[in-house]
Amino acid sequence: MAEKTMTITDETGVHARPATILVNKAGGFKSDIQLAYNGKSVNLKSIMGVMSLGIPQGAEITISAEGDDAEEAVNTIAETIKSEGLGE
Amino acid sequence: MSMINGIAASNGIAIAKAYHLAVPDLSFDKTTVANAEEEISRLDAALEISKQELEKIRENARVSLGDEHAEIFSAHLLVLADPELINPVKDNIRNNSINAEAALDETATMFIDMFRSMDNEYMKERAADIQDVTKRVMAHLLQVSFPDPALIDEEVIIIAEDLTPSDTAQLNKQFVKGFTTDIGGRTSHSAIMARSLEIPAVVGTKSITSSAGNDTMIIVDGMEGNVIIDPSEDELATYKAKQEAFEQQKQEWAKLKNEPTVTTDGVHVELVANIGTPEDVTGVQNNGGEGVGLYRTEFLYMGKSELPSEDEQFESYKAVLENMGDKPVVVRTLDIGGDKELSYLQLPKEMNPFLGYRAIRLCLERDDIFRVQLRALLRASVYGNLKIMFPMIATLEEFRQAKAILLEEKDKLTADGVAVSDSIEIGIMVEIPSTAVAAKQFAKEVDFFSVGTNDLIQYTMAADRMNERVSYLYQPYHPAILNLVHNVIEAAHAEGKWAGMCGEMAGDTIAIPLLLGLGLDEFSMSATSILPARTQITKLSKADMQELSQEALALSTADEVEQLVRQRTGQ
Repeated sequence: MAEKTMTITDETGVHARPATILVNKAGGFKSDIQLAYNGKSVNLKSIMGVMSLGIPQGAEITISAEGDDAEEAVNTIAETIKSEGLGE
Repeated sequence: MSMINGIAASNGIAIAKAYHLAVPDLSFDKTTVANAEEEISRLDAALEISKQELEKIRENARVSLGDEHAEIFSAHLLVLADPELINPVKDNIRNNSINAEAALDETATMFIDMFRSMDNEYMKERAADIQDVTKRVMAHLLQVSFPDPALIDEEVIIIAEDLTPSDTAQLNKQFVKGFTTDIGGRTSHSAIMARSLEIPAVVGTKSITSSAGNDTMIIVDGMEGNVIIDPSEDELATYKAKQEAFEQQKQEWAKLKNEPTVTTDGVHVELVANIGTPEDVTGVQNNGGEGVGLYRTEFLYMGKSELPSEDEQFESYKAVLENMGDKPVVVRTLDIGGDKELSYLQLPKEMNPFLGYRAIRLCLERDDIFRVQLRALLRASVYGNLKIMFPMIATLEEFRQAKAILLEEKDKLTADGVAVSDSIEIGIMVEIPSTAVAAKQFAKEVDFFSVGTNDLIQYTMAADRMNERVSYLYQPYHPAILNLVHNVIEAAHAEGKWAGMCGEMAGDTIAIPLLLGLGLDEFSMSATSILPARTQITKLSKADMQELSQEALALSTADEVEQLVRQRTGQ
């Protein structure tokens, strides 16, 4: 099990475009990947799940994964969040 | 045959089969299936074909609208593959032996309701995305055809209740010969888009969707505002002749493409175009535009999930400026709010949106948004002849404040070593009566005026231009409007400034003689109106039109004005 906590800095939060990118990335891994915000946790491979969290700017989110490539999955997604200017 | 009358929205004649852009009947019965695995295969097949269609739509959108607008379809494709949607549907089929339609509907409805109930406009709109995607899958399950403007591959005329800007933007001109709608007016988005796409359109027919069936032959007469359903042989011949005459007329007009616009007594006026996107510049050039009189920048902000970045805006502005060379390009800063919403800004609903928080009012408060646009414009200014125009200015303080912000950003860029043009003119839209009346005071501080007649008329007459019941009050030739326009032009000239007009009125054949007489310097209109306007103006004498307009200013009603112009100019 791998886990990472980050803060969303993008002023529009996690909207359709960044959500699309994250879900596409997550889909490339075998592990179960979860995204948690505000006490709710959703499947990060589900666009509707991610969107339903309605993550705003300033939100603290946790990415966690369980499976063979868990470590790599969490790192890749955290990296994507940074490179997209979505959070840190 | 039968004929329906509507509002002529875009010139030309189109003759083709009707294509209904409406969602088909997707009702179904919940049934029990004997073989659940077979039912799941049926679902998979419907998902697969939907996926192929969406990929094609995304590709088309990418080509015609650019990457940003295609992004939304990437999100749609992910919905199709969403495990939280698909797995529960499959489990439901397997565990309860119900048909795929019922299972899909149950889960999709749950998600749609969940998004709809969220306390956030942006999320509420995502419900519509899920609905779009599931409707497409449902249509394939039920084996009914799902209309899609981007998938059309034969000559048709589109029939719809209304077309959204993104619908219209997806239309392929090669196959879509024209369109006609139940609702809308000459200044609604669909009408403006039709003129910029140069396809004939009749809007506001009230009943076209219920009058013409799919595949029925129809004729759209965008000059007269008529739609003929199932025409006879005679009518077909008549309209084909009319279509040819229009094409010939267009060729006549085309001869004036590279000519200046000069009256019979040697006075030169400038005919420029209204545009919404960098792609529209081609139309301006093809129609002999002498510049851009109104670049509506809000299209950069619409149909997206977030604000456009400074670089993205810079690229668009630069493209327009570069392609127009040394010709003037008047860019209107963000005019959002009112009827033009941006879901991601989450603006509160207002009782009177046209009188509310919009355009410069919003930009001055949200200067974080405003500054990004101004910086992009300033950076682009070195690539051409840029003029910046602020919309909805009601008071001098607003203009001073907006100009101060612009100069601040200019200083910052200069300090950072970024090149910025030193000859950018800064002007305002005149669309609020207070500004038209106080034009004398404004003229001392602005570099130019551009009269926005669509709004100036609705504010002066206190008549909502979207409300069909008061549309009779939308009277461009009303002496009150003419006197306001006159006042603005006089005020500009007294200070050595120029005055233009960028509403529909500037391209209107009755208004043109009057505006010419009142001394308007710049006429900004739909690109397709430029050559007809040039043809008209080159046959008029400015001195005669001055006399005509002085008489018109003293008349009592719009009707009297129209009669006078028709009489004198033989229209």
